Amino acid sequence: MTVVHVPAPLHSYTKHCAEVQADGSTLALLLDDLDRRYPGLRFRVVDEHGRIRPTILFYVNGQVTRTLDQVVAAADEVHIIAALSGG
Amino acid sequence: MKNKPVTIYVGTRKGAFIYRGDATRKKWTLNGPHFLGQVINHLVPDPRDPKVVLVAAKPGHLGPSLFRSLDGGKTWKEATKPPAFPQGHPDSVKQVFCLQPGLRERKGEWWAGTAPHGIFTSTDNGDTWESLKGFNEHPMRPKWRGEPENSPPDDPNTHSIVLDPRDPKHLYAGFSIGGVFESRDGGADWKPLNKGVAVTFSPEPDPEYGHDPHCVKIHPANPDRLYQQNHCGIYRIDRPSETWERIGRNMPKEIGDIGFPIVPHPSDPDTAWVFPMDGTEVWPRTSPGGRPAAYVTRNAGKTWKRQDKGLPKSQAWLTVKRQAFTCDTADPVGLYFGTTSGELWASRNEGEKWECIAAHLPHICSMETR
Repeated sequence: MTVVHVPAPLHSYTKHCAEVQADGSTLALLLDDLDRRYPGLRFRVVDEHGRIRPTILFYVNGQVTRTLDQVVAAADEVHIIAALSGG
Repeated sequence: MKNKPVTIYVGTRKGAFIYRGDATRKKWTLNGPHFLGQVINHLVPDPRDPKVVLVAAKPGHLGPSLFRSLDGGKTWKEATKPPAFPQGHPDSVKQVFCLQPGLRERKGEWWAGTAPHGIFTSTDNGDTWESLKGFNEHPMRPKWRGEPENSPPDDPNTHSIVLDPRDPKHLYAGFSIGGVFESRDGGADWKPLNKGVAVTFSPEPDPEYGHDPHCVKIHPANPDRLYQQNHCGIYRIDRPSETWERIGRNMPKEIGDIGFPIVPHPSDPDTAWVFPMDGTEVWPRTSPGGRPAAYVTRNAGKTWKRQDKGLPKSQAWLTVKRQAFTCDTADPVGLYFGTTSGELWASRNEGEKWECIAAHLPHICSMETR
């Protein structure tokens, strides 16, 4: 299973866990599995057309990726990063 | 007749606040904040069921969502299928901006307006939402929507979904940078309804659409009458007329007729309130001259009376947004407005006297009562 680091704004979905695990050979499939485990999470980071929301970044093993087709292995580490803002 | 207790539902940029009052409307008890830190565009109690409350929310940089309570606001659950455009649609929902309960006899039905422009419906008290194909996929929608690069910074809002209480197939919708549109077939098709409305920001003097209504309300006691606060003035239309009349021309010249909300009296079709904003030059969108006041008409817009008793007399640069002014149904009618500086003002006597009932709240986006 792939380790997924979840930012604080999504902790209400992950029962307040900052680190969770999910299955999937691509980022898209990984998100589908995350959404099964934590309903509602996917739509917060990906829009209805499967596009990563402009204020969300995905990193796989420390490398930013802009596509959900990105291949993911069980040993990989995924970070979901939400944009920061002031005020 | 004895008044019922009133509850005020306040949506802010940093959460939702519920003020429960007694029947005298003199004592208010705060319940909240709920959803602290989330942008709450609209928090709406169901007039058909005291246990149901819906919330249009946007938590920081995450996608938009919608929450609902089935126990009067004690607990909340996220919608299992929030409003979203269908596959292949060019837009994605950025915000759910307004919520509208369905007609009295259609329990469980709700309507939602989004940014960018979109209309969605639910028949299960807001748990699952369907895209209204008749509008969201209307062949003219790309033109009605306008060019994205000419849109307001926060995206053009679908801010008014107006239901005719006599006919479930008859509805209106108001879109910022779009105009007012009417449907007579339950939303399957739409036609612009903007004749008579000024457009000062377009090279075309009298376009069919592209207007900028800020708030559109149907009169509950006379559904043939609608009031509109527009970017370019205050208007009334009496159907079946197709032409809006600019009743804001009768406002004092030094105040003008720019603003965001408009509030019809719950039972007197000739009475409505506005809260003017400074719309000169770069549009400060604050109380003209720093002297806030509501204005009321008691004759459908022929004349207007200033109502500022209890409000600050000077140096008060209040901004009241389009969903942040509302009324109750008590006798006399209570009025409530919230400011972007986090003050909640109330009047127990139809605007004759105002008092601040809460302060230090976040930027207030919306107010509703039950």
